[in-house]
Amino acid sequence: MIPTIPRSRAFRLIYGSYVLAFFLYLALPLTVVAVFAFNDSQFPSLPWEGFTWNWFFGEDRPQIGVFHERGILRAVGTSAFVALCVAVLSVSVGTTNAFLFNRYDFRGKGLLYVLMLLPLVIPGIVLGISILVFSSTLANGIWDLAQMDIQALRPGLLLVILGQFSFITTIATLVITARLQKFDRTLEEAALNLGATRLVAVRTITLPFLMPAMIGAVVVAFLMSFENFNTTLMLVGSDAPLTIAMFDRLKEGSTPLLNAVSLLLMLGSSLLALLVILFQRR
Amino acid sequence: MRAQSRIAFILLLTPLLLWLGLLILIPHIDMALISLRERISFGVYETSLLQYQKALTEPLYLRTFWRTAVMSVLATAITLLIAFPVAYYIAKMARGRLQQVLFMLCLIPFYVSELVRTFGWMILLRETGLISNLLQWAGLADQPVEMLYNDAAMMVGLVYTSMLFMVVPLVTTLESLDDSVVEAGYDLGGNGLSVLREIIIPHAMPGIVSGCIVVFMLSLGNYLTPTMLGGKDSLWFTEMIYNQFIVRSNWELGAAFGFMLLVLSSVIVWGMLRLTGRTLQETMG
Repeated sequence: MIPTIPRSRAFRLIYGSYVLAFFLYLALPLTVVAVFAFNDSQFPSLPWEGFTWNWFFGEDRPQIGVFHERGILRAVGTSAFVALCVAVLSVSVGTTNAFLFNRYDFRGKGLLYVLMLLPLVIPGIVLGISILVFSSTLANGIWDLAQMDIQALRPGLLLVILGQFSFITTIATLVITARLQKFDRTLEEAALNLGATRLVAVRTITLPFLMPAMIGAVVVAFLMSFENFNTTLMLVGSDAPLTIAMFDRLKEGSTPLLNAVSLLLMLGSSLLALLVILFQRR
Repeated sequence: MRAQSRIAFILLLTPLLLWLGLLILIPHIDMALISLRERISFGVYETSLLQYQKALTEPLYLRTFWRTAVMSVLATAITLLIAFPVAYYIAKMARGRLQQVLFMLCLIPFYVSELVRTFGWMILLRETGLISNLLQWAGLADQPVEMLYNDAAMMVGLVYTSMLFMVVPLVTTLESLDDSVVEAGYDLGGNGLSVLREIIIPHAMPGIVSGCIVVFMLSLGNYLTPTMLGGKDSLWFTEMIYNQFIVRSNWELGAAFGFMLLVLSSVIVWGMLRLTGRTLQETMG
């Protein structure tokens, strides 16, 4: 079953159409979401009532477009803020983790490495509830001790950020460690020989080498945070990020407004993904 | 120099320990403790196994638990069966540009939020949806067909959502299979089936294991797809956790459910690793 081994025409035809069918299956849901964003009707379904831009730019009821819908815009802002915090935090910790695992040998290193991988195999919803439970234990403890109510420990943006950070850091660590392993240590030694201090050597030689991986990790972390649903669902307070806001609307019944938001999301994330690929190729 | 190196070591170790300690280990221990207590009256709790007793004797809870496990295994198996030929095509049959383009096409849907993907399936499958209309137009149905809110719809969604996590590891391992090994298999008198069984599948095993683990985890922990595409009877275990925590505010029972989910997923992941003799580091790292 490799190109050099001849196969019957029928076999190749069937195999080829199977692969084609697979890609149609992949594309189908996204295509319908995108197409119905332009349907001039209250529902994202057939019949097709004609083409309209109203679900993007419309200003009047009942067709208020994305760019005039306050709730959605606010949710996008919340998501972007959370994603930015998560990306910066997780890549910072990911970088220090990478240096730790790459440069030091110490007792318990293997155990810590396995612990570091664990967040990937814990269901997101369990991560969410465990952080919810612990933060409320903390908040209650502080209340009992000092009669202080720490709002930050109640469901809200801080917990959402921490919850997402708790597993995205693993991914950032893996991405950055992979690159650091390819680094030629003699380059750093050369800098030390030339009179640089250790910190200067790391800053001028190692970090620039790691930069593509770090930027890649920032983008991946940003996207994962922006799309996260399970962990966020358990920790969300009054300001909902975009996925939660869309979920609430979807439960009430959908209008093509959601299709328009989805289409913009698709464009945004493919643009980011493309940027990363271009950047990595350089 | 040594002292300096020691300070650097401690500075690098601190964030790791804070992260793992405060966000992973202690919260899970706390969750376990909460699941082990029983509410006597306001603010008064006693240690007991009542929550687990409830979870293991109430038929609805137990049924949902096993259903979620079995359906997740089924979703993983279907994903593997669908993905394997495609991954093989990308890794071994397609060449050059085509190979790159096909691989990219596999990745694209997954840069999009799961919510959007689920929404797409709702538009396709619901009573007024595209497929229902298509069937009527083709004369195969004489009235709108509701295809949403049942197990099949949920399965379609689950498989779709986790497809990428199967295709990518499979392509990566299959790409490293040398063509000449497959040729040698044929030269030694093997046919398509025996080459597949004796050469290709054993070689792809690492990819199959890591793909299956990730897909299983994602299906088990999925909330969105069963809620939006599944029907009234297809309750998912994550929905029960959500209900106990957010709707009923019964944190003790919710924590017990959470712990059961965690144990179930750990046991199955551990079992898969044991069965294939691999470690978590090799599979995930």
